[in-house]
Amino acid sequence: MRWTRRLGNLVSGFYLTACYIFILLPVAVLILFSFQDGRLPVPPFHGPTLNWYATAIANDRLMTGLGNSLLVGLSSSALSVILGFLAAYGVSRYEFAGKRLLQGVIILPLAVSYLLVGMGLLVSLSSLGLGPSLAMVVIGHVVINMPLAFAICLAQLGEHQRKIEWAARDLGASTFRVLTLVTMPMIAPALIAAFCLCFTLSWDEFIIAFLVTRFDVTLPIVIWTMLRGGLNPQTNAVGSFIFLCSILLLLVVELLLFRKRRE
Amino acid sequence: MSASELSQNEKLATRRATLAGLAFSLPAVAWIGLFFAAPLVIMSVYSLMPLGSEGSLSLDNYRHFFGEPAYVQAIWNSVVTTAIVVVVSLLLAYPFAYILAYKVPKRWQRLALACAILPFWTSYVVRSYAWLLVLAPTGIVNWVLMGLHVTDRPITLAYNPGATDLGFVHFFIMLNALTIYANLVQINPRYVLAAQDLGASAWRSFIAVTLPLSIPGMTVGAFLTVVLCIGDFITPQILGGNKELLLPQVIMMQIQRQLDLPMASTMSLVLTLIVAVVYLVLQRKMRMSRL
Amino acid sequence: MTNHPHLDIAAVRKVYGEVTALDDVSLAVEQGAYVVLLGPSGSGKTTLLSAIGGFIIPTSGRISIAGRDVTTLAPAQRPTTTLFQDYALFPHMSVAGNVGFGLKIRRVGGADCDKRIAAALEMVGLAGYGKRGIHELSGGQRQRVALARALVVEPEILLLDEPLGALDLNLRRQMQDELMDLQRRTGRSFVHVTHDQEEAMALASLIVVMNKGRIEDMGTPKRIYERPATRFTATFMGESTQIAGRISGSQNGIFNVTTAIGHLHAVGDAGDGSEVTLILRPENILVGAAGHVALGTARIREAVFQGAHYRVLASSEAAGQEFVLRLPPDARVEQGMALSLSCQANRLVAVAR
Repeated sequence: MRWTRRLGNLVSGFYLTACYIFILLPVAVLILFSFQDGRLPVPPFHGPTLNWYATAIANDRLMTGLGNSLLVGLSSSALSVILGFLAAYGVSRYEFAGKRLLQGVIILPLAVSYLLVGMGLLVSLSSLGLGPSLAMVVIGHVVINMPLAFAICLAQLGEHQRKIEWAARDLGASTFRVLTLVTMPMIAPALIAAFCLCFTLSWDEFIIAFLVTRFDVTLPIVIWTMLRGGLNPQTNAVGSFIFLCSILLLLVVELLLFRKRRE
Repeated sequence: MSASELSQNEKLATRRATLAGLAFSLPAVAWIGLFFAAPLVIMSVYSLMPLGSEGSLSLDNYRHFFGEPAYVQAIWNSVVTTAIVVVVSLLLAYPFAYILAYKVPKRWQRLALACAILPFWTSYVVRSYAWLLVLAPTGIVNWVLMGLHVTDRPITLAYNPGATDLGFVHFFIMLNALTIYANLVQINPRYVLAAQDLGASAWRSFIAVTLPLSIPGMTVGAFLTVVLCIGDFITPQILGGNKELLLPQVIMMQIQRQLDLPMASTMSLVLTLIVAVVYLVLQRKMRMSRL
Repeated sequence: MTNHPHLDIAAVRKVYGEVTALDDVSLAVEQGAYVVLLGPSGSGKTTLLSAIGGFIIPTSGRISIAGRDVTTLAPAQRPTTTLFQDYALFPHMSVAGNVGFGLKIRRVGGADCDKRIAAALEMVGLAGYGKRGIHELSGGQRQRVALARALVVEPEILLLDEPLGALDLNLRRQMQDELMDLQRRTGRSFVHVTHDQEEAMALASLIVVMNKGRIEDMGTPKRIYERPATRFTATFMGESTQIAGRISGSQNGIFNVTTAIGHLHAVGDAGDGSEVTLILRPENILVGAAGHVALGTARIREAVFQGAHYRVLASSEAAGQEFVLRLPPDARVEQGMALSLSCQANRLVAVAR
């Protein structure tokens, strides 16, 4: 029956390649034409040149948007990880009534559209007479990312870690010392991974930011307005840059988790 | 002493545990309560209010919403689009995930998976823009087609519902491949070996063993697809060409043009209701613990 | 013994819903003892250990250590440390970091801390290993680090939860010797949980046999083996021939017992009932009339060579009694061979049926 297996492998290879082409095509086109020496990011390709990257850097609005995205990303990720970790610790280490309900509430935002979260915040702002602001974006991003941080930390706080914490308590450590000297260092890779994931999701996020800001906007919103002007290699450049940063973060996470797994 | 009575000592220990557990979890819960649940409640109240804040609570907005043919059409478009996207993504993603899990050598699997979800890491907005680049009259597809003399004039590939569907499917193939792959690699390979040992062919053991055990992965993927697809504003706005409006686009119009927050609230809640119904239908199939 | 025992467990009960894990357990131990809690799984031995360590709060009863009531104290506040079954070493700290953790908590700083860590490592045979990472160590080495970590803080009692279960036979014997040596050198009380009766006999100064949440028997290894107080203890501590009988009288501490193989004389503490089982260890069955108590004739059913002796199963068909005994390695053993058996009266122990 060898020929059927070979045929199967051939078909599999074809399908896999086709899928990869489909998946990677837009990104490849995006990156390629960010180096376009010409007005439009369409074939034929001339260049390469870094003009458009230079233009993007010189673009004040873009840079401000980038700065805002960084600010929002870092603060919302930090908050998400802290709240998520503490909640995961509480849920995994203590038995108390209503625990399941609590858990359900914490991961509820994962089951709804970002649109709803953004709408809710917009409506709340309006009803309280408050104006739009970046702070609201931070709040909204914590709502959508904290459940993820919670889930990641919960997965890492299993039985094995619990026993080691018992050993620390047995040797006299208080809860605070157990957390700072044992638990957090032990699951540090997971904490960092959660932080990076939250950051990536925050910095790509559009709809919540769009709904609750007006003047201080994040990077995706700036790009959105740039799109009104049609196809433009500058947009390619920005997009490629965002992509590159996210990949770098991903590599950092991968190295951290990979190193932990080898032990 | 009856079995259900706790001794003084045990009560003390239980109380300590409860206080500690609550202290740790309360900040997170409070955040969700304050910034997610409370806004939802406010939204619900808003949806019952008419525009202009004068007047009592009523279901007028809902009646108006379901009475307006354009709005109902938008709901229908959203549901149909989402359904198509779910089915197509699952169908295309499953073989992809299967090949990744079982045919690609173990050493390369993580790399292969990472490459497969690479576009995840571009921004939402940028991804749809990138498809615009590909599908535009001057984009690469048309360029290739004209270069091969398949056609003389550029075909309009973008700015229609088909392009929206394509944009969605592109994203959700990755998502579903991820969830299905995660499920497949958790399945104990001995099950298939056992089936084959009892005489089943490769195809039969797939249908009887692997496929049923991969249902949780498919269900989680499908649910996430529904949630993310039905609420997506960007992809149809960039690629859809304003031809068949989807519900999120109508909602954004309410906010930006009509400044009608109550109506927008109503629509958003209806959207959420659809998702909730889908969740109730799917939730039982999502547990992976039986592997 | 001093005016109060070092470890005093008084009428401790632990109930989980319908299940009673510890049923009125009382135990008094003097300082410097090596106590082994011995029993099958589900016997409550680990529950008792956890109660001493503070990981479980008893439903009722009291536990005192060195005169202090510790019943409701958290593990951190008790003068005990625990050697966990899987060692539970801190993976992100070096060997020295692990060993010094308890000292750090107690705010022992600088040079004093380093000195004590070095001394502890030397005591367990790991001198110079301070800078290594945990993942570089073998299983046996990890256990020693865990021991050093637990002992460096000078606890009143060291609790060991089946510490030798994961080791192969040779390593286990070696660690047993080292544990005994450590206990003697530090002079601390050890409480050690195991299901292996050989291990218990090798280590303990006091064996506590547990079954179904209760203490079946408690005493030195020699006494428990030769004069078990209950049938369960007898069976758990090793092989034996068991003869059912009824007490028909007693004289000077020696019982007359009527059995299917005749009237026998036995010793023991069988309690009130007159229905008893007589316990006889294989090494105490004599071939021929050498012993005072005649056990009748039995035919060899099975003989297995075990190196230092033959393990022989013989049965007396008339009485329906099975015997397990030993024969010297150069004896003649044949299927169906008849043996005339006897024993000494003080080796035949009566326990309640």
